[in-house]
Amino acid sequence: MTPLKLAERILQLVPVLLGIAVIAFVMMALTPGDPVEIMLGDARSTPEQRDALRHDMGLDRPPLERFFVFLGNALSGDFGLSFFHRRPVMDVILERVPATVELTLAALFIALATAIPLGVLAAVRRNGWLDRAATIGSLLGVSLPGFWFGILLIMLFAVHLQVLPVSGRIGFGQEVPPVTRLLLIDSLIAGRLDSFAAALRHLIMPALTLGLAMGAILMRVTRTAMVEALAQDYIVFAEAKGLSRARILGRHALKNALIPTVTVAAIETGSLLGGNMIVETVFGWPGLGRLVVEAIFARNYPLVQAAVLLYAATYVMLNFAADLLYTALNPRVRL
Amino acid sequence: MSALPAHDALLSLRGLTTVFPTRHGEVRAADGVDLDVRPGECLGVVGESGSGKTVTFLSVLDLVRRPGRIEAGTIVFDGRDLRRLPPEALRAIRGRDIAMTMQDALTALNPAFTVGAQIAEVLEAHGRATGRSALDRAVQLLEQVGVPDPARRVGVYPHQLSGGLRQRAMIAAALACQPRLLIADEPTTALDVTIQAQVLDLIADMRQRLGMSVVLITHDLGIVAERCDRVVVMYAGQVVESGPTRQVIGAPAHPYTAGLLASMPRLNQTRAAIRPIEGQIPDPARLPPGCRFEPRCPRRRSECLQPVPMRDIVRAERAFGARAVRCVLAGAAP
Ligand SMILES: Nc1ncnc2c1ncn2[C@@H]1O[C@H](COP(=O)(O)OP(=O)(O)O)[C@@H](O)[C@H]1O
Ligand SMILES: [Mg+2]
Repeated sequence: MTPLKLAERILQLVPVLLGIAVIAFVMMALTPGDPVEIMLGDARSTPEQRDALRHDMGLDRPPLERFFVFLGNALSGDFGLSFFHRRPVMDVILERVPATVELTLAALFIALATAIPLGVLAAVRRNGWLDRAATIGSLLGVSLPGFWFGILLIMLFAVHLQVLPVSGRIGFGQEVPPVTRLLLIDSLIAGRLDSFAAALRHLIMPALTLGLAMGAILMRVTRTAMVEALAQDYIVFAEAKGLSRARILGRHALKNALIPTVTVAAIETGSLLGGNMIVETVFGWPGLGRLVVEAIFARNYPLVQAAVLLYAATYVMLNFAADLLYTALNPRVRL
Repeated sequence: MSALPAHDALLSLRGLTTVFPTRHGEVRAADGVDLDVRPGECLGVVGESGSGKTVTFLSVLDLVRRPGRIEAGTIVFDGRDLRRLPPEALRAIRGRDIAMTMQDALTALNPAFTVGAQIAEVLEAHGRATGRSALDRAVQLLEQVGVPDPARRVGVYPHQLSGGLRQRAMIAAALACQPRLLIADEPTTALDVTIQAQVLDLIADMRQRLGMSVVLITHDLGIVAERCDRVVVMYAGQVVESGPTRQVIGAPAHPYTAGLLASMPRLNQTRAAIRPIEGQIPDPARLPPGCRFEPRCPRRRSECLQPVPMRDIVRAERAFGARAVRCVLAGAAP
């Protein structure tokens, strides 16, 4: 991709993000309940005090003007103060990003590590027992709600067997100095194997819950793409050339089959990076998803609004990244 | 033709039968095919689309897709029965001793790899070269098959080449290990008329240079007339006529061969108007009980309702000159 085309693609993102900003704002404006009433409603406040706060928060301005102020501030990275934390919204959000990123990466790893080998094997031994078992497994994985599997894991490993912790990211006294803020890496940097083990034990259940659900989708995608690739003429020609089975499956078929898999994986990763609200809540995982759930219950609108915008931006960027990957894998497409 | 494999043939098929199970019963795509390919010769295999040409030669390399399978027959290559070889031994023969090109290079080359990589990997698979030297060899091969600017072309993807150059690149991959037999499946069908002759010239040239045998699969008798020493005519999964090209084209013994000839513009100058054969090839799941051409045959008679064996009509000193036909009229006056 030439730098010019790249710039063009990035420019195309601008109207998308602008549209999302409008939606985020309208959503906030339409949400029932006056933030001022919620903040001061049960306090013994005077109408004058409420007007002062309303003025302070800019809520006495006409909606259109408020939107442009919001947009202007958002463009300079200022999303206002979190009502609840009394700190800039962005600071609060950024604090929670590493936990979600770590969980997402772990889930992605689990998903790819299960989906690609299983998808390939299912396609190669089509209609064999492994294919049938994988089909049923992935059907369950796609259709059962994530928290159901999560709760099942908690019941088994945390409550019944008591081998894994129920919630959190790491135990007390096992914290390590932040470097990357990904605990698995930071604990290794600090040379603390006990912290590493603790972080892994906390991570494993939520990562499995998210990773297997994503793996279920990716398995189906890989299998379908692999079956299609194996039916192509280039496979017959590759066989006629005397190539080994491993090379035909692992290179000729898989490189073509990975195009849809990688694209779907990138999009799925995008939605996980927003933080999975349910799974993070079930496992008490201190990530973005749980933060947003807390913010919604606390009617912490500036935070919710900023999070929505951030989600959307991440999602759009990952779709863009998926396109780039798609191009890298598929020489026929030149963006 | 003898029931035993010919001892002087490079490739000898006897009774090769390949079947596909379908909803309407089992289809015999190749049904008792006998044929010989002699060292250094160019054998034409001709027949309408669906007559079993591709399936026959995919069977030789054991590349028939499941649920299709070889049901019977022997495939002797260079004295070895390929059907009895362990899979690894057969894999070593593919691409090294017997190479095959597909009808359409656009779908036969993998879109995700460069042309050079797809040539080099043949050399690597057969231990002829690795890495950098395999790629260097790929450049030489591209040059040999007449691809201009081969040093650049080695790094492009198949879709970036023209149809003719793609065909040449596929031939380069097939010939990388200097095989003794090239099976060229309809090498010109996917090409512009203007470059068809060039590709056929290339195959003829490479055959000379490598001293290899060529099986030229085509539905065009004109190509056979110009390029092949001998010809095998297939119809509905069976060989219906075989013999030296000159003799077969000069005096076809099977009404189907005569019909193909009459429908050929280029070979038909002396005869009357160009006449396509009436009717269609039979549904492979519901074949006529006797001669499979009988329903379309202008000269059919009652004996044609019984199965017809292949019969030698000219028993030559050397089998090279032998002619055989599957028709009750053979030898009778027209
Ligand atoms: N995958 C398949 N499944 C079922 N039948 C097939 C398959 N491939 C080939 N056949 C049968 O074999 C016949 C001959 O096919 P093919 O060898 O490709 O013909 P040709 O190359 O002479 O045009 C077809 O008409 C079809 O009936
Ligand atoms: Mg064919």
